[in-house]
Amino acid sequence: MPKNSVTISCKNVWKLYGSNPLKYLASKNFSPSIAELKESQYIPAVFDASIDVFEGEILVIMGLSGSGKSSLVRCMTRLIEPTSGEIYFEGSDLLKATEKELIEIRRHKMGMVFQNFALMPHRNVLDNIAFPLEVQGVNRDQREKRALEIIDLVGLSGREKYYPRELSGGQQQRVGLARSLAVEPNIWFLDEPFSALDPLIRKEMQNEFIRLQNLLNKTIVFITHDFDEAIRLADRIAIMYEGRIVQIGSAEELITNPANDYVAEFTKDIPRAKLLSVGSIMKPTKKIKKSGFTIRKKDKISSVAPKIISSNSIATVLDDSGKICGELTKDQIIDILFIDKENNA
Amino acid sequence: MHSSTWDRIKNYWFIYPFFLLWGITPILPNWGVIPPKSCLGGCGTIEGMIPFVQWVNNLIDILRNYEIFGFFTFREFTRSIANLIDIPLDFTEALLYKGFNTIPLGPMPWVMILGLVIILGLYLRGVNLAILGGACVLYLAIFSLRGIWTLSMKTLAAIAVSVPLAVIIGILLGILGAKFKVVEKILNPILNILQSLPHFSYLILVAIFCGVGAKAGVIATIIFAFPPMTRLTILGLKELSSEIIEAGRMNGCNYWQMLFKVELPGARSSLMLGINQVIMQCLAMVVIASFIGQPGLGHDLLARLQNLRLGQAFEIGVAVVFIAITLDRYSQALVLKEPERTKEGAFWIRNPYLFSALIIVILSIFLTFLSSAAIQLPKEYTISISGYLDWGIKFITTSLFVPLGIFRDFLLVYFFMPTKAMFQSMPWISVIVLVGCAGWRLGKFKLALTVMFFVFLIAASGYWVRAMITLYMVSVAMVISIGFGVPIAIWASRKLSTTKLILNICDTFQTFPSFIYLLPAVMLFQISDVSAIFAIVVYASIPITRYTIFGLRNVPAQIIEAAKMSGCSEGQILWKVRMPLAFPEILLGINQTLMFALFMVMIAGFIGTVDLSQEIFRALSFNDGGKGLVIGLCVSLIGLTADRLLVEWSNIKKREFGLIK
Repeated sequence: MPKNSVTISCKNVWKLYGSNPLKYLASKNFSPSIAELKESQYIPAVFDASIDVFEGEILVIMGLSGSGKSSLVRCMTRLIEPTSGEIYFEGSDLLKATEKELIEIRRHKMGMVFQNFALMPHRNVLDNIAFPLEVQGVNRDQREKRALEIIDLVGLSGREKYYPRELSGGQQQRVGLARSLAVEPNIWFLDEPFSALDPLIRKEMQNEFIRLQNLLNKTIVFITHDFDEAIRLADRIAIMYEGRIVQIGSAEELITNPANDYVAEFTKDIPRAKLLSVGSIMKPTKKIKKSGFTIRKKDKISSVAPKIISSNSIATVLDDSGKICGELTKDQIIDILFIDKENNA
Repeated sequence: MHSSTWDRIKNYWFIYPFFLLWGITPILPNWGVIPPKSCLGGCGTIEGMIPFVQWVNNLIDILRNYEIFGFFTFREFTRSIANLIDIPLDFTEALLYKGFNTIPLGPMPWVMILGLVIILGLYLRGVNLAILGGACVLYLAIFSLRGIWTLSMKTLAAIAVSVPLAVIIGILLGILGAKFKVVEKILNPILNILQSLPHFSYLILVAIFCGVGAKAGVIATIIFAFPPMTRLTILGLKELSSEIIEAGRMNGCNYWQMLFKVELPGARSSLMLGINQVIMQCLAMVVIASFIGQPGLGHDLLARLQNLRLGQAFEIGVAVVFIAITLDRYSQALVLKEPERTKEGAFWIRNPYLFSALIIVILSIFLTFLSSAAIQLPKEYTISISGYLDWGIKFITTSLFVPLGIFRDFLLVYFFMPTKAMFQSMPWISVIVLVGCAGWRLGKFKLALTVMFFVFLIAASGYWVRAMITLYMVSVAMVISIGFGVPIAIWASRKLSTTKLILNICDTFQTFPSFIYLLPAVMLFQISDVSAIFAIVVYASIPITRYTIFGLRNVPAQIIEAAKMSGCSEGQILWKVRMPLAFPEILLGINQTLMFALFMVMIAGFIGTVDLSQEIFRALSFNDGGKGLVIGLCVSLIGLTADRLLVEWSNIKKREFGLIK
């Protein structure tokens, strides 16, 4: 993953619910324990969260309901005001932005997709998608032209005049995606965008999302409670639990090296073979001679497993530059496919 | 077994002090039986413990006579505002029946109104609605031998001004209420009182401060009609999904864009429902506003009723009901109307209804040049069946005179009189103790104190005896209404088809302006407590039926299935499962029944009852604003006391069943 510049940076962000939370937080020197919070009847929605979102990456924030993922994203967009902490958007302090500046930022630089689509029921598809341009004051011809382009992009051509109630859930969320893209945002927030959809439609929309991202290359903050979804889409995953970010890393890192039992529990039912790469389980070797056939270090286990199991020989692993760096045996593959999971459970 | 009986007795502890006090009435001091007369501010003319009436009248005098704004009095101020109403009113009157003075343009021809009403019906829902609207206009035109058409247009001219103004005022206050908590806190009690105050009590104030005539009628109507609009606006804005609001904010809406592009359109269906309610409230005022000189159907209905020309009154009554039902169905269609895709093409393809409306306007103007019959249906084509109606009514009343008379007297002597005597024998402190204990049982201290305070105010006002007569009539009527309504609801809720039928009948009956119910009552029972109670029963049976059906139908299907699988018979399912679960809803129905009954009992004063309503009518004819308002507040207080207790009880039950938190 390329380490580009940081788009959004959160530093020690807190969101507490209760009476006069800032004063309380200050009195505890900004480091109350969970027990202390509970005792004083404060509810921590976001607990001392620090995270950077890099330009062009897909950061997935994962957690069960009530884990604070929605609150964190709403702090990043200032839909809710964090109790304390710092948030920088493209280098400037978002929390110092005036209401007017904030409106300008949201009009031009941010896009957001909502779990239940949040379409305006009194506007048809075209007017819904043109809505963000309308509130900016773009004239009708221009905004409709732009809206039609995006309608085409998300595959809704021919439905411009339909009203939301006339569309299926998947189609409605396409409108939601289109609306959030109308202003060509620098950062794209998606708040459980596919959770309200049927499993089959969800898969289809994930593919659609991947297709769009390949075209657009946005910086993305994506919220989900579905680990499978996170694995499919994420460059990095941040796992939240009771308001805290417990671990940030790639899917592979979370599985091979969980920060705590909670993360381990979360990841235990994930089919490892699809996720782990050859590099993470191979035996390093100093050999120079290739034996059997070769596979790449980056390959996923699932893609090489059939070959290795049916071939009966040891596979040689090559790194990116084509040098030999390890070997992989049939037994290791079988461990990952069948036994490893049992041991963890 | 013993303990369970004991528990049951203990559960009802709150009624025992009441019976105890009632039982020892003979040994109670006199001040505890009937509220003592005035002791404050000079005894004599003032009737109550506290001279509320005099206070209000003093305030009215100040507002009327003192130049509190330096140059003019408060009354001059309100009257000049009232005069502003004349501007739109002149326009609608000219449009509908007078014709314009300044430009050579007559009123709308009846064929144009017919055509437009039909087109609007087609646009809003379809053929059935258009038929209803068309039939209504035809009735008004054809049965116009005695001028129903012009009367209707007068009424509609006033409604056409009151509805938009009430809607605008209602929405504005609603927005303020939704945006500022303080405003909502101030608005809530005001709306509560406005909605429970009998119309007549503020008619006097309107007459004092705004004069009489069409514009005063419009103002009284607006005051009565705007509260539901405000409530529904607040509700609609508050119920908006948080995601829609967030979507608006994330798209960069500023404050006004949020309000006009996101929040108000998002609350559309609530607002439309509000408009429907406003229209119905305005129609309910048609007859009542005629007491302060509003011309139109109401005025003539009242005059015919007073002269006992029941046939003619009936014809006008049908016109009022027809208009009410039509406007109700049209505005309901508006509530349900979803925005629709427009077709591509020329103007008439994109806007077929607008286009046909234009055609109708042009065509009907053209017709008026051909024949004046297109302007207003000529007299020779109009009819009146009031003669036959009079004959029919006479036939029924004479042939039924003896049995109806016997029935009436039987009810009076053996049922109503004893009940009335019973209510009048209750010492006022026992009633205060009863509501206090009930409040304590339900909501503990605060509720008990509130309702006791309410009842105390009634006692202190000096109208206790009258209030108890009102309570007697309302109670008797409620018992009968519940006795009718609940069995009908039980029968109706068994099948979807009967449910729909009965709910439809309820809807229709509810659209009748309440005065209409006096017609059959007077026809059948002349002028007596029986006819008043009859009218109340017919009107007040609607909410109890509706709420009971609602409660019974809303019992989850799973629970019924579980009961069936446990081997319950039909009767057992009804009495052991559905009725208990519907109970909270039924309580709310009883609450509404009381509100309806209080409304009707005030109107029934018109046909000569001796309770609070008669005093209000007396105040109306003597222009006694203070008395009217105080009595009105007594009626509201009866309503509010019952409302607090019943709603709390219902909520407790709902919480027990886990229906609300």
